[in-house]
Amino acid sequence: MNSTVILQQLVNGISLGSLYGLVAIGYTMVYGVIRLINFAHGDIMMVGMYFAFTGVAMMFMPWWAAFLLSMIATALLGVIIDRIAYKPLRNASRISALITAIGVSFFLENLFLVVYGGVPKAFPVPSVFGGAINIHGVIFPNIAIITPIVAMIFLGILLVLLHKTKYGMAMRALSLDMETVRIMGVNVDLIISLVFAIGSFLAALGGIFWAMRYPAINPLIGIMPGLKAFAAAVLGGIGSVAGAAVGGFIIGISEILIVALFPALAGYKDAFAFLFLIFVLLFKPTGIMGEDLERGRF
Amino acid sequence: MKLDRNNILTALFILAIFVFFWYGNHNFTAYSIRIWETTAIFLMLAASYNLINGVTGQFSLEPNGFVAIGAYVAAILTLTPAQKEAMFIIEPMVPWLAHLHMSFLPALIIAGVVTAIVGFLLGFPVFRVRGDYLAIVTLGFGLTIRVVSNNTITITNGALGLKGIASYTNIWWCLGWAVVSMIVIMRIVDSAFGRAMKAIRDDEDAAIAMGINTLWIKQAAFVTAAFFEGVGGGLLAHLITTISPTMFTFFLTFQLLIIIVVGGLGSMTGTAIATILVIWGNELLRVVEQPMNIFGLHIPGIPGMRMVIFSVLLIVIMIFAREGIMGQKEFSWDWLFSKLKGRGNNA
Repeated sequence: MNSTVILQQLVNGISLGSLYGLVAIGYTMVYGVIRLINFAHGDIMMVGMYFAFTGVAMMFMPWWAAFLLSMIATALLGVIIDRIAYKPLRNASRISALITAIGVSFFLENLFLVVYGGVPKAFPVPSVFGGAINIHGVIFPNIAIITPIVAMIFLGILLVLLHKTKYGMAMRALSLDMETVRIMGVNVDLIISLVFAIGSFLAALGGIFWAMRYPAINPLIGIMPGLKAFAAAVLGGIGSVAGAAVGGFIIGISEILIVALFPALAGYKDAFAFLFLIFVLLFKPTGIMGEDLERGRF
Repeated sequence: MKLDRNNILTALFILAIFVFFWYGNHNFTAYSIRIWETTAIFLMLAASYNLINGVTGQFSLEPNGFVAIGAYVAAILTLTPAQKEAMFIIEPMVPWLAHLHMSFLPALIIAGVVTAIVGFLLGFPVFRVRGDYLAIVTLGFGLTIRVVSNNTITITNGALGLKGIASYTNIWWCLGWAVVSMIVIMRIVDSAFGRAMKAIRDDEDAAIAMGINTLWIKQAAFVTAAFFEGVGGGLLAHLITTISPTMFTFFLTFQLLIIIVVGGLGSMTGTAIATILVIWGNELLRVVEQPMNIFGLHIPGIPGMRMVIFSVLLIVIMIFAREGIMGQKEFSWDWLFSKLKGRGNNA
């Protein structure tokens, strides 16, 4: 294997990793504030893909409008899910909330199976994202270059929001002590809604770029990337936004490289993230950039 | 076992069940017998799942993995060498498995034992984490089993799966195993082991402080459950007669989860009631997936609608009726008699 191929695989891995990172941010932020593994997060990503698909292929919107509308609609969906399914369980045991999240995940998957059918749909890829550029014999698909750039821009915006605004401060405070924050006069429910909105917005973004990378979508498509993104969130240290991005890159790059270096193991690709996850939980349960599991923060 | 009133009543109750199905076996339709068989298998699976999730309080999502292992082991053991040779067309089966052949009961027991060993080995890494993390890690295990069964072509025949498995499973096998598993699991719950399990569920740190070796207690629950889930997988394989890696998805675990939540986490009586409700409800809900005519109004069937209803059901139960049907209570004859007497006194 020569350096060109390795470089190409690396770009591929970074692009895949930034998608995992975008989805992982949603897991990590929701876990940070309400200590819930949002099982439905991968399915929210799927919903984002279908919203964008509906906009472009069925309502003939320009792609940018459809993508933006899809992200906003998915963000709203995230807030609605939290209000209906998770909010009544805020003071229940964590297992109850987790079972509910599994229920929401199944609900979304089956609802979209009923509405759109199980046959994979061809996702319309706008021509801007479709081509490839050739740099000294190495072919980079446009999408592989645009994805990490877009992911980085949104990550930057999110970090500024978290560390430079009052809302961000409230979110960080919430992850430390919800009751005290409530006593300080912060509208806790609004902040939690905002966290769900941000997480779902980024999941939809990740989903749309995922769909442009692998342009056949079905209602169960969110499960695998969702679980790998969760592995990325744990790897980076759950509760840490920057950690989620780093974890995403590690999972994405190592997944691509393992398949490239050991083609015989390609069939086991999907199991790999979990072995990684188990390994991390056994030897470094707080992840790379995480705090103590009980006291995560962004 | 003492020959007191409660044990006699339990024995009579079990006898009544068998008499009911002895009658039913000749008089019910093949369709309803088939659903009762499924119900009995799911009762065994759900009761053993409840032993981990409800009684020991360790929220794990492993059953589909264990059931898959049990199904594959049992199927490989009962298939004849000739069948195996004809079926493995991508790559031949590994020789030491290709010539193995045995009858149903030893195959089921070996399926259970192999699954229990896997459960035992899996327990060491996964029980180092608790709560949500345990859920995710065990979920990953189920997925890993699917990936492995897809890829170990010389053992499982890969994505093609195994076909032509003899349909040994009948109502008696299912009932017999369901009764055995219920008795074993209820005895465990009532023993010192069971009390230690409940202690872990209620407060793990306190249980450790009381000198309970939590890892071994969790392992005991896990291995028992793995054994019965493995046997259940073997029964399922010989009921459906065809298995493939896509059969044992997370959906199976989801069904069991609904059953134990509806019945009440930690209650075996609740599990039994909920299994019958959910499995039969699942069949009755087929109506919504078929086209129907109501007063001349034609409503096309909506495939997949059942699962939407079930997931909404799960969410609604979790929000409004978290205790399920039985909560953590069990039915007991003493309770029944005190109720009967109590009603007499009050009247």
